[in-house]
Amino acid sequence: MTMTATAGHAHADPHHIGLVVEHPGPAPKRTVTAYGFWVFLLSDIVMFSCFFAAYAVLVSQTADGPKGSEIFEQRNVAIETVCLLLSSFTCGMASIAADVRNRFWFYLGMAVTCLLGVVFLVIEFREFADLVARGYGPSRSAFLTAFFSLVGCHGLHVSAGVLWLLTMMAQVFAKGFRADVLRRMMCFALFWHALDIIWVGVFSVVYLLGSGV
Amino acid sequence: MLGKLDWSAIPFDQPIPLIAGAVVLVGILAVLIWVVVKGHLPYLWHEWITSVDHKRIGVMYILLASVMLLRGGSDAIMMRIQQAIAYQSQGYLPPEHYNQIFSAHGTIMIFFVAMPFVIGLMNLIVPLQLGVRDVAFPTLNSVGFWLTATGALLVNLSLVIGEFARTGWLAFPPLSELSYSPGVGVDYYAWSLQISGVGTLVAGINLVTTVLKLRTKGMNYLRMPMFCWTTLASNLLIVAAFPILTATLAMLLLDRYLGFHFFTNEAGGNVMMFMNLIWAWGHPEVYILVLPAFGIFSEVVSTFSGKALFGYRSMVLATMAICVIAFMVWLHHFFTMGAGPDVNAIFGIASMIIAVPTGVKIYNWLFTMYGGRIRFATPMLWAIGFMVTFIIGGLTGVLVAVPPADFMLHNSMFLVAHFHNVIIGGVLFGAFAGFEFWFPKAFGFRLDERWGKLAFWFTFTGFYVTFVPLYVAGMLGMTRRLQHYDVAEWRPWMIVAAVGMAVLSIGVICQIMQIVVSIRNREALRDRTGDPWDGRSLEWATSSPPPVFNFAFHPDVRGEDAYWDMKLSAQQQSLDHTAPEYYDIEMPKNSPTGFVCAFFATIMGFALIWHIWWMVILGGIGAFATFVVFAWRDHDEYVIPAAEVAAIDRVNIEERRNLVSMAGTI
Repeated sequence: MTMTATAGHAHADPHHIGLVVEHPGPAPKRTVTAYGFWVFLLSDIVMFSCFFAAYAVLVSQTADGPKGSEIFEQRNVAIETVCLLLSSFTCGMASIAADVRNRFWFYLGMAVTCLLGVVFLVIEFREFADLVARGYGPSRSAFLTAFFSLVGCHGLHVSAGVLWLLTMMAQVFAKGFRADVLRRMMCFALFWHALDIIWVGVFSVVYLLGSGV
Repeated sequence: MLGKLDWSAIPFDQPIPLIAGAVVLVGILAVLIWVVVKGHLPYLWHEWITSVDHKRIGVMYILLASVMLLRGGSDAIMMRIQQAIAYQSQGYLPPEHYNQIFSAHGTIMIFFVAMPFVIGLMNLIVPLQLGVRDVAFPTLNSVGFWLTATGALLVNLSLVIGEFARTGWLAFPPLSELSYSPGVGVDYYAWSLQISGVGTLVAGINLVTTVLKLRTKGMNYLRMPMFCWTTLASNLLIVAAFPILTATLAMLLLDRYLGFHFFTNEAGGNVMMFMNLIWAWGHPEVYILVLPAFGIFSEVVSTFSGKALFGYRSMVLATMAICVIAFMVWLHHFFTMGAGPDVNAIFGIASMIIAVPTGVKIYNWLFTMYGGRIRFATPMLWAIGFMVTFIIGGLTGVLVAVPPADFMLHNSMFLVAHFHNVIIGGVLFGAFAGFEFWFPKAFGFRLDERWGKLAFWFTFTGFYVTFVPLYVAGMLGMTRRLQHYDVAEWRPWMIVAAVGMAVLSIGVICQIMQIVVSIRNREALRDRTGDPWDGRSLEWATSSPPPVFNFAFHPDVRGEDAYWDMKLSAQQQSLDHTAPEYYDIEMPKNSPTGFVCAFFATIMGFALIWHIWWMVILGGIGAFATFVVFAWRDHDEYVIPAAEVAAIDRVNIEERRNLVSMAGTI
């Protein structure tokens, strides 16, 4: 961004340095879109923080049901984590491919990202189904309520992400690397990385801390 | 097939909602028929419903708020009449109906009157004040509006199909849980707020991005008009607070729909968590509403005093201080719930501290008026009425911020009087001031001053006659939300309050008359220069109503009160006698995305409320398909040729030149 320095006016120059940084005018579209999407992500993280808070409040309210350490399977969680972290890398590769307009690496990066996302979702779904089958569904206790909601909310986001990912691939297929498609791709990448960060929180707060007690 | 929905959902045994519903239905049908027969439908569709122009969307927000104000006001009239006659009797409203009315009144007034009114004004004015052509995300802006309208529609639907919540406007559990509220009332409440909440979040993101990223040349942060600053603060609060509401209502819905235990009495649920979460949204919400009003008053007071705003920088600081402290006081809404003296003391002190920046603002407005050449036009009357009223409301607020006093006054009529005192005196007076002030900008003609002043005086007087008695009743021990009572001392105050409500209603009628009379006399009231009030900020630098592109050139801002400076120096490029060189302008194309999206959201919301699962899936697919179709279009902008821009702009410059030559000499 270019800033132009011009001679001062009283209020834009509070310390009388003699130099005023004039605002250059409206930002370009790419900046505006990315900025708006960042603001959205922050709001999404605020929503997650509510579910984290609810989990922290309710974690000990097991109502004579199972505790976290009795139901968490660390092997599955490890695989899930590896999947998501790897998918963040492949998503990054796809973004770079989009920036240099390379269709092959873009499709490949996105396809692997999609695959890893789906593997993550399948493992999570099986974990949930298994718990419900054992009678440890979300209505068993407040702890399980909070657990299912927090982890499930992340899972729903990943599902939406996969849907978005497929739409992005279709868009690139149909429209090519147009400016608006590239802006959306940038937003998608931000979204996917943000989900990764939230998973790190879920992994630490729910599974790591929960396995100890 | 239709879930829980059957004929028993229509309240055939209750004449009041049925007749009200029938009247509204006939009204809507009449308007629709009139629109179709007169052939206005294409105009409505192309110019308004699918419009992504921030000015049009702002006007539609305000229209929605005004209609809902009449609905919420009717609820208020019914409650005042009930409490005036329900002394040692049941009155005319049975408890289950009365409970729905006070719940609907609160929900509507906050979410579907105050919110759309301030968001509408921000939408209408902020891009103009920043000197830009539109908001950051025009189509999303339209989506946000239509989702808000969906929420309002669902709330009104509950009048005739099923019932509304009987839980109060924040639906506290465990009362709002399935075991105590098995009907669809709470579901209507929760889903309409979820859907309109998404709309509000979208509006918030949009306006934050607009203020931070789309400003004209030279519009440094410390040159922005005060209204832009308060818009920024208010929308930052929306972005940070509304997700909390979404999460909290989602938890409540999970409890109700899937047997979760967030807030239940059983299996370890925690009711207090709901209080904390909902007020962590609810308190910032108060400031979301009142900060834009503060901005409006700043503009109005400065314009009608003919002076720059006193203490601009302290005003900015106060605004941002309120923005931050707003998140640190939520617990004062439930001092009585036993968090202990230490916690209560901290939150009590924080609540008193937030009165300091508000006090700074009041002094700044007073000093702006001091030594100014004050014109007592209608917007200025609202501003002065606000200052008096808001100080009283603020002082009673500081009173209930003292925990021991709050233990006496919690949930009493004193509290009811307090928050009406700040919300009516602050937000509603602000909305009316903004409406009177910017109406000429939006429509190109001024509002009739005589009816406007009548409306102010009736509303102002009516407010005091209605709510001062409620303070007294609260001191006499009357609690809120009473359907009937047996205490003789309360009776006279309830009767006075009902009389006050009648005076307030005359104020509303005057306001409607003002609009009717002004439309009829619009030629005489026409604003040709675009600057009817001798304004100071950039919205007055373009014509009234502004062209779709707002400004032919991005204005070059050199200081605070940008347009005032331009008028004084008459240096603005477009005011030079040399003809400027116009160029093509690209503007975003209209899009039905918002309307179609809201259509599917309405179907989905209704189906969720009545457990019609196939319809939920249908609505969801429809909404997703809408976005994909939107993403697929190839041309999202159209070009206004330079010749057309020139033709539009020259007319306004000609009108304005005379005015500018007189600026500063008046």
